[in-house]
Amino acid sequence: MASNASEYIKHHLTHWNSSTGFWSLHVDTFTVSLILGFVFVAVFATVARRARVENPGRLQLFVEMIFDMVDNQVKETFHGKSKVLAPMALTIFCWIFLMNAMDMLPVDFLPMIAQWIGHTAFGADPEHVFLRVVPSADVDATFAMSLSVLVCIIGFSITSKGLGGWGKELLTAPFHASGAVGTVILAPVNLLFQLVELVAKPISLSLRLFGNMYAGELIFILIALLPWQVQWILGAPWAIFHILIITLQAFVFMMLTIVYMSLAAENH
Amino acid sequence: MEFNVSLLGQALTFAILVWFTMKFVWPPLTNMMDERAKRIADGLSAAERGRQDLQASEKRVADELRKARQQAAEIVAGAEKRANLIVDEARVAADSEGARIIAEAKGRIDLEVLRAKDVLREQVAMLAVSGAEKILRREIDPAGHADLLASIKAEF
Repeated sequence: MASNASEYIKHHLTHWNSSTGFWSLHVDTFTVSLILGFVFVAVFATVARRARVENPGRLQLFVEMIFDMVDNQVKETFHGKSKVLAPMALTIFCWIFLMNAMDMLPVDFLPMIAQWIGHTAFGADPEHVFLRVVPSADVDATFAMSLSVLVCIIGFSITSKGLGGWGKELLTAPFHASGAVGTVILAPVNLLFQLVELVAKPISLSLRLFGNMYAGELIFILIALLPWQVQWILGAPWAIFHILIITLQAFVFMMLTIVYMSLAAENH
Repeated sequence: MEFNVSLLGQALTFAILVWFTMKFVWPPLTNMMDERAKRIADGLSAAERGRQDLQASEKRVADELRKARQQAAEIVAGAEKRANLIVDEARVAADSEGARIIAEAKGRIDLEVLRAKDVLREQVAMLAVSGAEKILRREIDPAGHADLLASIKAEF
């Protein structure tokens, strides 16, 4: 095991790529996140359609609980009017939670099934069947989400302040000058600051989630390299601790999205 | 990449995780949901009970009103009856009183008539006697015919 440990780790950290280069697609990330998205939509849509006022089932209560939590967070933080934000926050929370939760499955479980299918059904070399099941440990997926959030931030800024208002804010904040000359001088500095701030938001969002999940996955892989009798000693506490991490990371991503949106919608 | 014993270790880890979740994560969640369901059910039943109470009290109020109205009607009817009775009694009393007064008046009138008759009789007798006296003065001496005159007077 130790001799091919690096091979093992490398294999686990390689994506199922459709091809190579920029135009290749991480098929595993794409498929798993899509399936999880459908799971979320299916569960919530079913519960929403069957929702009863009297004698609600446990699943309905669970959904209501999550819904209330997200709704409260949005109401407390965001003071503008938006029909988009709360559903978006709910989707972000649930989807990221589900994607993170894939980390809880044994690291070899789905990859081995994939290898078996690839080998028996398609005659592929098992060494070249790759599957990474945690979409949020893929920097592409987290950046996709955070860049979508960036687009929403810009959209919110423009709809709430107008194109002119937003442009003015980009040039006159955070540094204010009293005279016209001072304003002109400070404009490029302000623009630079604002652009850095704007770019930093999606980067911090996506890298925070990616880093946490990647590290978690890596530790699971490392634990899987230990002799099987002792794996549980480290694996079980880490898995239990991970319950907290996956929930927290999903919550943080959602919460920061709400905060960024409310900052974008506020007038300075 | 082949099946190896590492999978067993991972399975064991996963089993512990599942056990932990079942033991410590799931029960609080389900308790919370059950609690919530119970609160919802309680609230609904309380509302239903309140509605029923309201209905019952409305019914009672209607009953009371109906009873009160009936009582009032009874009282009015009784009062009318008493009034009629009183009026009747008064009428009877007045009738008898009237009759008594009339009878008394009649008696008094009769008495007066009798007295007048007596007076009249006396006066007629005196007139007759004085007339007779004037006629007979010359022919009869009054002493000698006094008993005759008295008997005539008695005849009137």
